[in-house]
Amino acid sequence: MMTALKLSGLRKSFGKAEIIRGVDLEIADGERHAIIGPNGAGKSTLYNLVSGRFPPSAGSVHLFDTDITGMTPFAINRLGLTRSFQVTNIFARMSVHDNIRCGTLFALGHRYAWWKTVGMLRDVTARAESILREIGLWEKRAMPAGLLSYADQRALELGVAIAGGAEVVLLDEPTAGMSRSESEQAVALIRRVSQGKTLVIVEHDMGVVFDIADRISVLVYGEIIATGAPAEIRASAAVREAYLGAEAA
Amino acid sequence: MSARLAGLAPWIGFALLLALLPQVFTSGFATVTMSQIGLLIVFALAYNMLLGQGGMLSFGHAIYFGLAGYFTVHYLNFVYEGDAPWVPVSLMPLLGGLVGLFFGILVGYVSTRRAGTTFAMISLGFGEMVTALTLVLVAIFNGEDGIQTDRVIGDDIFGATFGPSVEVYYLVACWCFLCVAAMFMLTRTPFGRMSNAVRDNPERVEFIGYSSQRVRWLAFSLSSFFAGIAGALHAINIEHVGFEQVSIIQSGLVLFMVYIGGAGNFAGPIIGATLLYFLQSTLTGVTEAWLLYLGVLFVAVILFFPGGLAGLIVMHRPIWRAGLRVMAPLAAPYAAFSAALLAAVLGAIGIVEMLYYLSSRLSTETELSVFGVVVDPGGPAAWAAFAAAAAAGAFGVRKTWPAAAAAWSAALAEARARLGP
Repeated sequence: MMTALKLSGLRKSFGKAEIIRGVDLEIADGERHAIIGPNGAGKSTLYNLVSGRFPPSAGSVHLFDTDITGMTPFAINRLGLTRSFQVTNIFARMSVHDNIRCGTLFALGHRYAWWKTVGMLRDVTARAESILREIGLWEKRAMPAGLLSYADQRALELGVAIAGGAEVVLLDEPTAGMSRSESEQAVALIRRVSQGKTLVIVEHDMGVVFDIADRISVLVYGEIIATGAPAEIRASAAVREAYLGAEAA
Repeated sequence: MSARLAGLAPWIGFALLLALLPQVFTSGFATVTMSQIGLLIVFALAYNMLLGQGGMLSFGHAIYFGLAGYFTVHYLNFVYEGDAPWVPVSLMPLLGGLVGLFFGILVGYVSTRRAGTTFAMISLGFGEMVTALTLVLVAIFNGEDGIQTDRVIGDDIFGATFGPSVEVYYLVACWCFLCVAAMFMLTRTPFGRMSNAVRDNPERVEFIGYSSQRVRWLAFSLSSFFAGIAGALHAINIEHVGFEQVSIIQSGLVLFMVYIGGAGNFAGPIIGATLLYFLQSTLTGVTEAWLLYLGVLFVAVILFFPGGLAGLIVMHRPIWRAGLRVMAPLAAPYAAFSAALLAAVLGAIGIVEMLYYLSSRLSTETELSVFGVVVDPGGPAAWAAFAAAAAAGAFGVRKTWPAAAAAWSAALAEARARLGP
């Protein structure tokens, strides 16, 4: 099977503090992979390295066959990797509709065009409508994104991330702060939109993780201490000790 | 079809207004003033491509306006001397736009690498630098005197000579209409939408495939193009360009226009440019304190109506659409508030005018008249009257404001209930 994402010997230091301390991980094309670990384990930093927000101090990241180490976020995005953010990161003063349309524009090849209006672009209109219906915000499309409820903003965050149709989707705590029913809806949504794609998800809610993931990696203090199927991870004594020990500390 | 017609209606109205204005206001002064307003509308909208649409606060955008102006006066003079190929005056704004675009691409490459405070500081630096250059390179810019020109360089393609100012007005009106329409369309393109996205959240833009720097650079360059068109029109209208046109004075004025008109709305800069230039051209002859009033107005808008005048109008649009019965309850509280505000403003203006008069006794004026009434700043009566008006007005503003705000909220809720969300 093809490897969608391959991290080799990845390290990141901020000053003297080494946050990511040598991560090796291979995620197969089409896999749903969860990364779990206690607070401060470096999950978000790992995402930031993969998606190009920060350059790594050492090691490499490959997206399919391309070495994307140290590339800018937009270059990586154009190669087919998208991500969502733990703290909602949308275009607050623009309408919900325009948020999604912006997410589709580059991927559909419209780039920096200033000679045609967005309303004329049928591909953008069609893609935006299907995504808005998928994330349940079609009725609220005219609202300014900043006025949406928290759960709706999370759905929009996800919508903007997937609007470009990237092959590899990185989600950072997509259900954080949601009620149980909202969280269930979000999981169903994530399942639908990640159909046929490679999904990497950082999540604290173990119910969500064991529900969605094909494989799970456990990140503790910047190192992956175990990777395996949900049953293996659940059964692993080492994981339980390190993870729960760290959590309790 | 009817929706398309409704969309076109404001444009038809705008074109008609531009066409008919000189039939109503026929004096030479009015014509030159209207031309100036028309080109400042273009400049203000260009500036708002940065501030309102792209989230870039520039303190030096007059560079592109002024350099295009200098270019145009030089070109006119060259043509006059026979040193340059003849170009119809009606197309010179396009050349000016290209000059603006050239410098916009050049400076933008450096300044748009960063947004926020860094961008603002760099723009200020470039603004000061170019102003200094215009004063130092006397051979090109002729120092503080600036450069004079004559726009009559032979018959134009439409048979106009551009001798009479009304012909210049129609030239400005055509360019104004074209530029306003073009800038409006730009807001609706992929570039325009991404410009808004960069304004709202430059970081996220990078994760949906866009370089926020490229978006800013493109916005900056296009904005400089339109600023250049406005600058060339200025040169043609006034037949003189000086260092004021590139300086912080002009950069600040356009910022004031956009902010007071409302940066968050496409029509805001149009309102701001019209109002401010109208006030400037009428008040500078009447009072020495015009800049003080402008500053106070600017601060008041920032503090109390951050959406500007256009924001005020937008706030009332649902109420207006809901009809007279929803609007009616606003009349009394709004009238009370307006009366109090008027008293406060009139009182304050009276005091300011008397202070200015006393501080410049050497002026040739023998008597001071405020609002057409001769007052005596030497005696206590006028001071007492103005102070009383200001104090009573200020007190009234405080007292009537809550009722006006509450009436607005109630009317808005009522309008929403009737019209649906």
